[in-house]
Amino acid sequence: MSNEPTADRIEAEALYRDLGMTGEEYRRAAELLGRRPNWVELGLFSVMWSEHCSYKSSRRVLRRFPTKGPQVLQGPGENAGVVDIGDGLAVAFKMESHNHPSAIEPYQGAATGVGGIIRDVFTMGARPIALLDSLRFGPPDDARQRYLLREVVAGIAGYGNAIGIPTVGGEVKFAESYRHNPLVNAMCVGLMRHEDLARGTARGVGNPVMVVGARTGRDGIHGATFASAEDPLEKERSAVQVGDPFMEKLLVEACLELIATGAVVGIQDMGAAGLTSSGAEMASRAGSGLDIDVALVPRRETGMTPYEVMLSESQERMLVVMERGKESVAEEIFRKWGLEAAVIGRVTDDGMLRVRDGGRVVAEVPVRALVDEAPVYERPAREPEELRAFRAWRWEETPRPQRLDEALLTLLGSPDLADKEWVWRQYDHMVQASTAVRPGADAAVIWIRGTRKGVALCTDGPGRYARLNPLAGGMHAVAEAARNLVCVGARPLAITDCLNFGNPEKPEVFYQFRQAVEGMSRACEVLGTPVVSGNVSFYNESKGVDIDPTPIVGAVGVVDDVERICTPAWRPGLTVILVGPGAPASGEEGAWLGGSEYLLRVHGRLAGDAPPLDLEMERRVQALCLEAIRRGWAAAAHDVSEGGLAVALAEMAIAGGVGAELDLRGLGSAGAGAGAGPPGQAPEWDTARAGDPARSKAAAEAPVRADVLLFGEAGSRIVLAVAPEHAEALSALATEAGVPLAVLGTTGGERLILRTVDEAVDVPVKRLTEVWKEAIPWALAENSGATSPVRPATSPV
Amino acid sequence: MRVAVIQFPGSNCDMDTVLALRDVTGAEPDLVWHGQRDLSDYGAIFLPGGFSYGDYLRAGAIARFAEAMDGVRRAAEDGRLVIGICNGFQILLEAGLLPGAMLHNDHLQFRCAIVPVRVERTDTPFTSGYAQGQVLRLPIAHGEGNYYADGETLEALERNRRVVFRYAGENPNGSRNAIAGIVNEAGNVLGMMPHPERAVHRLLGSEDGRALIAAILQAGRERQLV
Repeated sequence: MSNEPTADRIEAEALYRDLGMTGEEYRRAAELLGRRPNWVELGLFSVMWSEHCSYKSSRRVLRRFPTKGPQVLQGPGENAGVVDIGDGLAVAFKMESHNHPSAIEPYQGAATGVGGIIRDVFTMGARPIALLDSLRFGPPDDARQRYLLREVVAGIAGYGNAIGIPTVGGEVKFAESYRHNPLVNAMCVGLMRHEDLARGTARGVGNPVMVVGARTGRDGIHGATFASAEDPLEKERSAVQVGDPFMEKLLVEACLELIATGAVVGIQDMGAAGLTSSGAEMASRAGSGLDIDVALVPRRETGMTPYEVMLSESQERMLVVMERGKESVAEEIFRKWGLEAAVIGRVTDDGMLRVRDGGRVVAEVPVRALVDEAPVYERPAREPEELRAFRAWRWEETPRPQRLDEALLTLLGSPDLADKEWVWRQYDHMVQASTAVRPGADAAVIWIRGTRKGVALCTDGPGRYARLNPLAGGMHAVAEAARNLVCVGARPLAITDCLNFGNPEKPEVFYQFRQAVEGMSRACEVLGTPVVSGNVSFYNESKGVDIDPTPIVGAVGVVDDVERICTPAWRPGLTVILVGPGAPASGEEGAWLGGSEYLLRVHGRLAGDAPPLDLEMERRVQALCLEAIRRGWAAAAHDVSEGGLAVALAEMAIAGGVGAELDLRGLGSAGAGAGAGPPGQAPEWDTARAGDPARSKAAAEAPVRADVLLFGEAGSRIVLAVAPEHAEALSALATEAGVPLAVLGTTGGERLILRTVDEAVDVPVKRLTEVWKEAIPWALAENSGATSPVRPATSPV
Repeated sequence: MRVAVIQFPGSNCDMDTVLALRDVTGAEPDLVWHGQRDLSDYGAIFLPGGFSYGDYLRAGAIARFAEAMDGVRRAAEDGRLVIGICNGFQILLEAGLLPGAMLHNDHLQFRCAIVPVRVERTDTPFTSGYAQGQVLRLPIAHGEGNYYADGETLEALERNRRVVFRYAGENPNGSRNAIAGIVNEAGNVLGMMPHPERAVHRLLGSEDGRALIAAILQAGRERQLV
């Protein structure tokens, strides 16, 4: 277009800055090109070199992730990771963030996040079978947060329900740091046969390149750049796209039908940076080039410039490379589904991305320059100041609450721990008629009909732990996700991740990122769960405030026999057993209270360190529990995480609608029997604490304080409810495995009774249920300020 | 009897319905594209759940114009069995094969849950496998399941015992008289919001849908439908 700036003007007026490029990056682009880029070429560089597409700040750090294993069929670098689940079947999965669009237009932001991740999965040749969503908002006492939550949930529901993929899990949490930066991370999982694996490569000189699906419009131009900018609220609003789940449903069916013909060479979603990134990435993987003509791209608007067509982020489009001569196969299938398929160019062997407009070349850039030669930054890292203050906290300053039962009810009613049915009942979690474990359990299980197999899925992201200790937070994220899979009876196979952080140009944020990746990597190595796909979301900051570092892990496991699955729901007459560490050693209480939900909700403090986690112990506890479930011994299982043992037991009682009478006193006496268990070696990161004589000096032989016992948090803990006749065998297996185990009591009755060293917690299950179930609906009602009828009563319960 | 499951663009319970028919009856139904006008080979026709044509206008409002609906109308006229589930029910309403209309759920949210549903009559080809008054546990998943009909129509429906299923617990969508499913006057066309095809195995949380599918096949055989 004649009104596009000339190369002279771009340089003289530093117009590259408007596209998010630095002067150094501009000069690098010119050098790689051997001349100054024109406006279209500058557009290509700016999106491909954006943080979102190039991972320029994170790339070096991400190399740390373990990505290999016998189960891995496709690791990072493709549209999604693929893992073998046996019998010729495989699952493809990936998680991705859509934080910035959702902050501005929560419904469409969330909906298109779901749409994008679905495309990443079916493009691998897999039929999508499940969705999960990890969401973070500011505290729900603020009307805007309630609006964001309602709209994000409606957007996820609007897309997932219509396209017919069950949304079976995820998490919703609230913290101050997400007030201006909500997090919307969507994960999709697909099922395929090994032979159907498709990849995003543009091989074979002369093969046709086709755009299929929706037409191209002006929506979302520079979305990728915008996702990499500080304060998206101040940026271009037109960069948010609008989703069309109906179109995508047709696209899924048409693409899977097309892939099944065997005539597809390569296929890729046109997501962030649209035609530019899909074209460049497909050519890069094959070491080829592309010659495309934007005049051939079907459009829904007139007068679009080549720049706009190349950068459009219109949804529900795919780029497909077909075998030469098979164009009509694609055209026919897409016509049947009412969609368009247009040949826009050919694969070449000259390594160039050549863009024409009606034959005239408007851009000519080496693919290598856009993809492989993108800048890579080694950002400085520095431990945040606040960590020292957090660690200075002494647990002894925390008073034991007057009433332990009230503390338990406060925790059950806290927005993070309370029942999220209000959210997931808006998601169709049963479409495809394969959901064997529905939302609300530790993990969801999708039954593969016609077999005895199942796929277990969950997401986890401990933002608070990661803020107090990013290394430990990363470890916990992986360990807890794997533990959740084990609790339903699945063998963890691999993970995907969404790494949500603030501005990486701040050394403190980059430190958090690097440490979290290190922690995740260590846990992945010990637990044998490689990282097969993932996404980094930086610049989650507003008004100079960064979000809590939030590494979210999406984990996938396989259930070998769907008849042997567990949920937290126990029934009467079972023996309740805690597997894993029972209580902190004397003097180590602070480690269990630091960063706990209890410390935050009951005492209003965020302090201390992340809870201890011994990865070797974690591995053994998970192996033992999985064995107990597979042998059919365990009738119910639940991970002990936020809120500690008391909350885990209460959740099991609520899920089963049955009480229990349990004695926790055996756990509290330091070193007593299997109950207290060896604390394992000091956590790897915890050099300060291990060497601190003031702390290791045992605080006499006093039993562990009741609130620490009930609400303290630590990794590697699972509650099993087993048929009494199996309790002894389980105990023997635990001894053999070197895993601490404690028998707590028996299920039954209508009350949950937890005996501790002093006071017994004794609450009707009905009351626990009421508080847990009503908290979220109440918090979301537009009557904040009124007193909740379900708030823990001050009178005896 | 041959069974058809109609596939509209945007149907998303079509394969679930096929799987349920296969699992319960052992017979293989045909997936029939919406463009097929002639359905005379089929003794029972299922209109599956989903979001036909995206349901951007009004649920089922576009699907009623599909060619396959000609075949469905003919089947309804000559006494063959027509079953509309969820979006299929909405389409039958829009097509005028059943009376009334669907409004948005009264709470304005999509609702997915397993809910108690009472069988109001057992002398239909769809419900002969149930006991009168039996309360089933069936999945629902819809945003527009708030059944509405004017007072006169509603009274006629009740008088003629055309309400076959009624929500037995909390009304999940605000439907009038807690209606979950109705039949036409001749009793051979059923529309229901709950999803029996999702309730065919203990692992899926309920098996209460199996008897409905089995009853349809049995009725087809007894009536010697094609």
